[in-house]
Amino acid sequence: MRPVYLISGGVTKFAKAHPEKDFRLMVKEAYDYALRDIPALTPDMIDGAVGSYFSDHFTRQLKAASMVQDYLGLCPKPSKRIEGGGATGGLCLQSAWEAIASGRMECCVAFGFETMSRVSTWKGNEFIALASDTNFDFPIGGFYTGYYAMMVQRHMYEFGTTVEQMAMVSVKNHINALYNPYAQKAKRLTIEQVRQAPMVATPLTMEDICTMSDGAAVCILASERIASRVCDRPVHITGVGSGSDTMRMADRPHGKVLLLPHEQESDYATLRYPGVHSFRGGRMAAKLAYHMAGIQDPREELSFIELHDAYTSSEIQTYEDLGLCKYGEGGSFVESGIPFMPGIDYGLSLPQQGRLPVNPSGGLLACGHPVGATGLMQAVFALWQLQGAIEKHLGNGMLQVSRPRRGLIHSHAGTGTYITVTILEAVT
Amino acid sequence: MNESPEGSDPLAQHRVEILSMDPLILRDRYEIEYRHSYAQDTPFFLGLSKGELLGSRCTQCRYFYATPRRHCMECGHATTWERLPTTARIHTFTVCYYGSERFLKETPYVLILVEFEGVNTLFLSRLKGVDPEQVRIGMPVRPRFAKEPTYTVTDVWFEPIEQG
Repeated sequence: MRPVYLISGGVTKFAKAHPEKDFRLMVKEAYDYALRDIPALTPDMIDGAVGSYFSDHFTRQLKAASMVQDYLGLCPKPSKRIEGGGATGGLCLQSAWEAIASGRMECCVAFGFETMSRVSTWKGNEFIALASDTNFDFPIGGFYTGYYAMMVQRHMYEFGTTVEQMAMVSVKNHINALYNPYAQKAKRLTIEQVRQAPMVATPLTMEDICTMSDGAAVCILASERIASRVCDRPVHITGVGSGSDTMRMADRPHGKVLLLPHEQESDYATLRYPGVHSFRGGRMAAKLAYHMAGIQDPREELSFIELHDAYTSSEIQTYEDLGLCKYGEGGSFVESGIPFMPGIDYGLSLPQQGRLPVNPSGGLLACGHPVGATGLMQAVFALWQLQGAIEKHLGNGMLQVSRPRRGLIHSHAGTGTYITVTILEAVT
Repeated sequence: MNESPEGSDPLAQHRVEILSMDPLILRDRYEIEYRHSYAQDTPFFLGLSKGELLGSRCTQCRYFYATPRRHCMECGHATTWERLPTTARIHTFTVCYYGSERFLKETPYVLILVEFEGVNTLFLSRLKGVDPEQVRIGMPVRPRFAKEPTYTVTDVWFEPIEQG
């Protein structure tokens, strides 16, 4: 394997609906933005592309990635579509990484999109629920918020996690997004407002869950040879990992924890794992990515994280999978203030505020979740963080993490069925 | 091969309904009929129609699956059908006040993951006959079966076992 660099990116404004643009035009906007950021890259230097979108139902067009390929003027170069539920974007980025790392390509475009506005919200929820077992799960009342609600009920039962701790995640991510003009749903919230919002599936309210969106994102990846020629501040992708778990939550085993380098078996002497309270696939993805990047203790060796917070509860569960705290301590981790941004007033008492910001962009909860674009959006925000270019691209520097060295992005599908973790590092 | 009579194309049949002129947005429909096979899981669904809840037991390692599968995830060997216990407990639950379009009219409904003594995995079902506020993890439950089978997994649901 040879080194792979992320050299540019672009994101459309994520919105409830973009009826005036189809998926091709949304991707084109993000692509042109990415090209403008590295004018020395000419189209003949691009060897191919990988496209990502989740749902043929939402798009109502099979082989839609072929239509993007021709719209961008990339025919007859190599192209394919990646689909992996909510992790589609993360898997797409890793597929482009593979193309460069293997030597097959010198420069590869990863593009992703979703148009979710063409059906009603509840029909959209039905499409998403079809990504659960259609014989055994969907007919019971298939609804992803319901599935995640059951998982966090068990998390609360096992570990004493509270709804107020979950609400703090919502407050954090929605307030962060006030400084991100690409976000769909930025707003100042309180814990009380999160809890008083309409109940969707106990204990998750409307403010505990992300919304559906239209949007696109593009990343351009390159070998060292191309990166050094066209980009002043390339970002090195130093770790990729991914994992999986059973399609049916009901089939998850109860066994031993997959340990990270900074953990010991005695930390979890009584925990039956993963059950439905934890994501074994997320832990596997983190373990593999940390190994490749040479990370011994993620609590000390990461500068920021953009993770897949489709639900406030899944952000708390993911802190644990990534080893930012022990299993069971995700609730107290958010209360510590560690995952908040420094220098932003959240109206909360946060003793260790800003030590390791999680979802400085606002995450899925506030940016929105146009599925195929989401994992690539995280990569674009991570690129801009590591380039120190947040102010340039967002118009203000409030979300710029100070002197970031290493970032982690995390993309997640189903009830934890596919998960990716990718580590990116500033080049010094 | 059946020849469709002219004008039976469902897309041609429905009247154009314009929702917006700029951008031009039309109302459109998309319907598909499948011949859905339960294939190797067929005995489970036939079991429900006879009031039997069947799990899968590995013939080699004895792993016992509450939700059936014909081959074991642990060791790869074939499983056999085995009746699940007739009492169980709630492993976790939620009360859904919203849902997918297809289930909106049934809200609020209670989803549960059911745990059976001596069984290694869980089973997703509905809990009925209970005030949603009263549902708790650990609550004892028992399966109930539809008198008129629909041959879907909704032919079984659970009810609380009266205490005392």
